[in-house]
Amino acid sequence: MLTILFDGVAYGMLLFILACGLAVTLGLMNFVNLAHGAFAMAGGYVTVVLMQRFGVPFLACLPLAFVATALLGALAERTLYARLYSRSHLDQVLFSIGIVFMSIAAVDFLMGSQQQIVQIPAFLRGRVEILGVGVGVYRLLIIGLCGVLTLLLQWALASTRFGSQLRAAVDDARAARGLGIEVGRIFVVTFAVGSGLAGLGGALSAEIVGLDPTFPLKFMLYFLIVVTVGGTSGLTGPLLAALLLGVTDVAGKYLVPGLGAFIIYFVMIAILMLRPQGLFARGSA
Amino acid sequence: MSDASTLNGAAAPSGTPSGTPASTAPRDFLIGKSRWKPAEFAFWAVAVGALFALPDRHLLLNEIAILGLFTLSLDLILGFAGIVSLGHAAFLGIGAYAAGLLTKHGVSEPLTGLLAAGALAGAVGFLSSFLILRGTDLTRLMVTLGVALIFHELANRLDWITGGADGLLGVAPGPIAGLFEFDIFGTTAYAYSLAVLFVLFLLARRIVHSPFGLSLRALKDNRLRAGSLGIASARRIVAVYTLAAVYAGIAGALLTQTTQFVSLEILDFARSADALLVLVIGGTGYLYGGLVGAVAFTLLKDGLSAITPAYWLFWMGLFLVVLVLVGRDRMVERVRGLLARAVGRRA
Repeated sequence: MLTILFDGVAYGMLLFILACGLAVTLGLMNFVNLAHGAFAMAGGYVTVVLMQRFGVPFLACLPLAFVATALLGALAERTLYARLYSRSHLDQVLFSIGIVFMSIAAVDFLMGSQQQIVQIPAFLRGRVEILGVGVGVYRLLIIGLCGVLTLLLQWALASTRFGSQLRAAVDDARAARGLGIEVGRIFVVTFAVGSGLAGLGGALSAEIVGLDPTFPLKFMLYFLIVVTVGGTSGLTGPLLAALLLGVTDVAGKYLVPGLGAFIIYFVMIAILMLRPQGLFARGSA
Repeated sequence: MSDASTLNGAAAPSGTPSGTPASTAPRDFLIGKSRWKPAEFAFWAVAVGALFALPDRHLLLNEIAILGLFTLSLDLILGFAGIVSLGHAAFLGIGAYAAGLLTKHGVSEPLTGLLAAGALAGAVGFLSSFLILRGTDLTRLMVTLGVALIFHELANRLDWITGGADGLLGVAPGPIAGLFEFDIFGTTAYAYSLAVLFVLFLLARRIVHSPFGLSLRALKDNRLRAGSLGIASARRIVAVYTLAAVYAGIAGALLTQTTQFVSLEILDFARSADALLVLVIGGTGYLYGGLVGAVAFTLLKDGLSAITPAYWLFWMGLFLVVLVLVGRDRMVERVRGLLARAVGRRA
């Protein structure tokens, strides 16, 4: 039972890292980016290529996946996304669906449509007993890593100069610009970091949930749930939503396999009905 | 040039300048708007002409007609009520499965199946429309997507009824109204689909030009303002969403009856996304968008899959991205301008 809970928490943490970039672009900047999963997939494939073709060890791949996806994100933000911030939601939806389609076909073309396998090193594969509960070392690593990143993000957003500039830029880009904040630069950096984290999440998750070209579509809903259910008040909401989702999903799959996915969809719709702004909304003012 | 104006521009009615509405009585204004234009006659003439002129392409034409009907139903909620839906395929799927199951279990007369499928999809649409009344664009996106996923999962899990991932096989509809047998060239199928499409199109055309249709546009442009004018927004959204669901359900039933097969893929997210794409290619908010888009989309898909069978998705994605970056309103306006000029020169 506790093992299920533990796996669920690990999964939730992973979802949070995957989705926290989206929490900023969609939650704070109000940009409907359905293509967030494409960046996560990019991170996963960077890891696969580095490990299989160049023999880079797994742990060294993680920062590289982050950097590569962050660069990709920065490039995409500058060339494409920046033009769409002020467009209607329909335009943003169409645009990002287009990106998803392109990324799926491109990866299919370059890497093939089969499931990719990421070999994690032997010392991460075992299980250890903590307080009588058997837990996977790899999942422990994920929880630790994601926990640290979460604290780091929360600190960066809440207490650094950059964080307050970002919040100002999101709340009112014009006023922020008037105060001498380089809004464009802030958004690039934010988008790049968000994409990079998604890439890192993609690299970490390849072992757990698998990696194939349909990844962006399969997990699109999960990311969106994390953000919409979590609300837009900051990172705490999405984090709790991700944990809730992770535990529900894993527990559902273990305990009532016949119902698995239904629970999530129903819970999501119910929550959105009761609280359209998400569980942890900023005041409506 | 501003974004707000392009947004509203999408809702602006198409076609010829409508004179000075202020000076005419409201009744005359509405009638003037709903008058048939020459291009409309031409469009339907071509559609019927294709039945005789392209005898070996009837299967493709049938596909176009059904996609056109499906997109028309999406246009009703997106183009006229401004609801962005990512889960419209749910109703297509419900209609398809309803018609398929009905045919398999005895009632093989297609028109009956059509009505039953429309009624069932409409009932589900009515119930789920209450879910989209609240919240922002994003909430609606999520809810429509979630509803579609639930039905996808249902169809997948209830495999003793729906055939699960294998799809529903062996659907053999009888002759339409006991008179017209389906043939393997799709001739009956195309004629049937086109007739259904035309009837439903007429109905939709009547509805959007009615005061009800105008009030929907008012809602789309500014819900708050419409509300303060005394337009009951919730009731109208429920009504139009239900209507769109009925249309989509009938499109699904047509698809089942003419292809004699239902696959799980009909409930895929890609279906909903395709419908959005089709509608955007054709332009929203003037009813013909879905039909024109369906023609363009199907030909495009057909052409692209002939060139690169596995990767046409890439070009479709690229097309979407470019379309949005160029500005879809501008593109539609330009094409419409060219058409208007061509028609004007001939007249």
